[in-house]
Amino acid sequence: MTSNNRQTSNNSNANRSPVNGQSARTCQFKMVLLGESAVGKSSLVLRFVRGQFHEYQESTIGAAFLTQTVSVDDTTVKLELWDTAGQERYHSLAPMYYRGAQAAIVVYDITNADTFSRAKVWVKELQRQAAPNIVIALAGNKADLAAKRQIEVVDAQTYADENGLIFMETSAKTAMNVNDIFMAIAKKLPKNQDSSSGRTGNNGPSITVDRPGNSRAAGSDGGCCAGTK
Amino acid sequence: MDEEYDVILLGTGLKECVLAGLLGVAGKKILHMDRNKYYGGESASMTPLEDLYSKFNMSPPPTDTGRGRDWNVDLIPKFLMANGLLVKLLIHTGVTRYLEFKCIEGSYVYKGQKIHKVPADEREALSSSLMGLFEKRRFRNLLVWINDYDEKDPKTYKDVPPNTRMIDAFKKFGLDQDTIDFTGHALALHSDDDYLEKPALETIKRIKLYSESLARYGKSPYLYPLYGLGELPQGFARLSAIYGGTYMLDKPADEIVYENGVVVGVRSGDQVARCKAVICDPSYAQDKVKKVGQVIRAICLLRHPVSVGTNASPGSIQIIIPQKQVQRHNDIYVCCMAQTNMVTPKDWYVALVSTTVETNNPEAEIRPGLALLEPIYQKFVSVSDLYEPIEDGTTSRLFISSSYDATTHFESTCIDILDVYRRYMGEPFDFSKVTRGLDADDNQEGAQ
Repeated sequence: MTSNNRQTSNNSNANRSPVNGQSARTCQFKMVLLGESAVGKSSLVLRFVRGQFHEYQESTIGAAFLTQTVSVDDTTVKLELWDTAGQERYHSLAPMYYRGAQAAIVVYDITNADTFSRAKVWVKELQRQAAPNIVIALAGNKADLAAKRQIEVVDAQTYADENGLIFMETSAKTAMNVNDIFMAIAKKLPKNQDSSSGRTGNNGPSITVDRPGNSRAAGSDGGCCAGTK
Repeated sequence: MDEEYDVILLGTGLKECVLAGLLGVAGKKILHMDRNKYYGGESASMTPLEDLYSKFNMSPPPTDTGRGRDWNVDLIPKFLMANGLLVKLLIHTGVTRYLEFKCIEGSYVYKGQKIHKVPADEREALSSSLMGLFEKRRFRNLLVWINDYDEKDPKTYKDVPPNTRMIDAFKKFGLDQDTIDFTGHALALHSDDDYLEKPALETIKRIKLYSESLARYGKSPYLYPLYGLGELPQGFARLSAIYGGTYMLDKPADEIVYENGVVVGVRSGDQVARCKAVICDPSYAQDKVKKVGQVIRAICLLRHPVSVGTNASPGSIQIIIPQKQVQRHNDIYVCCMAQTNMVTPKDWYVALVSTTVETNNPEAEIRPGLALLEPIYQKFVSVSDLYEPIEDGTTSRLFISSSYDATTHFESTCIDILDVYRRYMGEPFDFSKVTRGLDADDNQEGAQ
């Protein structure tokens, strides 16, 4: 059941370590996934981050904070990917989930019309709760099951155009458009320093509580574009 | 709901959420419900501001209060000690990655109708306006002694063994009453004077916690999460969800179901979720708790920072009014947060005044605190009963946490959390067993 096309290297320090050398600058963004249960949110992330697909992916357990780094022009874009951890199931997602999110993928299942209506509700919720400049992509997942299609491409495309969303049909199973949709978001994210340095904005440095002896103010490293100062 | 769970938790206050996180990591199958449609229960931060007004049965806020979503107003004021138990729990569970904090900028104490910066180290003590020259030296000697004090090394006792009454320890250093007051209340953070008759070790440990916390980030020993305290339960609930916990908000718990005196489930409407144990806050088991006191809390919206006299006013501040200064038995606590803490719009401040109720006119009791805040744009006053469980739950498998007390930080909250954990698990929480920390990258674990 498992295909492992691509091994990504992620060491434990990658998330927090400062940018080394004078090479490309690094920007870090929080990206959230939204959509009904079982549309393939976790599968898309696992395909993107690990190149893996599990036919019978269980409901998300144990992993809800993956990171993946992509290059856009001369910039290294680090995506911090937040999964819902199942909290969407009974409409119990915490406001914390949306806070500081700079990008979102709203996922629906092309073989299930209900999930498309729900996707529209999630988009509204994002427009209400998230930052005004958030980059939103709509993913019509399970495109490998086109024979059972209930949502036409043109309908989703029209909705996406009307709402300024990136749109692609994807398949976590075949990997179709998975990297592409993440790359399209990465390209659209603002790479200037002010707009992408996390939750605090310009309100002075905040503290990331860390192991004893490691205390320091966040923003001095690991934030956006540390290499360009 | 139609499954069987190891534990059903009722109420998403901080205590229940931390427990859900710890038990989730320990492999327990969890259902977590809350009657409210928001996380946090008593320890929520109300947002938008409209929800705070409606909670107090008031018409919507005036338009000059700005965007409602820019407000996150805590119902219960508390801070994290930077080196305290809650920070340890955050680090050991990895929940710290979901949160950002700021240091509270100022720690002050009220004395003789004025407020003074709390001197926390030897250097500050020598320049403090709180004491005269000779008293400063005596106070400095006390701090040096406490700093060196090691329970395991009698040489550091300097003739004050750990079980000496604290009042006698103070006498040995010749401190006057005012210095004893601010040391016991603004550094050791005791809320009344009962500690004076108790072993000195407890107070020594508290003062060490204060100074170690201060040493972490500098300005004060207190940390406060961006967007308010309500972020804390949300973070731990997320941890629990990541480990498979099921979350249901806006879900009334109509009945805790027993068989032969032992909990077997929770009924909501006509559904019963079966379980082997229930953990809840006192509001979900009102027939199994006893009232042990009352706390009054006043939430105040301000258009100005709290004045600290001649110096520039810090946006975020704590002021302790020791009981003797206002002829009381319990201290009055004042704290204030601002836009830098992401809890108010620009140029707005939210302050809370709280104390343990001693009379039948509680609002009069907090007047000295409110006086420091005038003019107050809007005030929301609540008097809450404090409850404790009647039984420890080991027989019935119903484990009830205690209400949030008037103390100004989370140490007693965490002690209760760890106590419920011990009662439920039958063994104390072992910090060393929890591996999930900043070193454990989620990418290496994975969903299966």
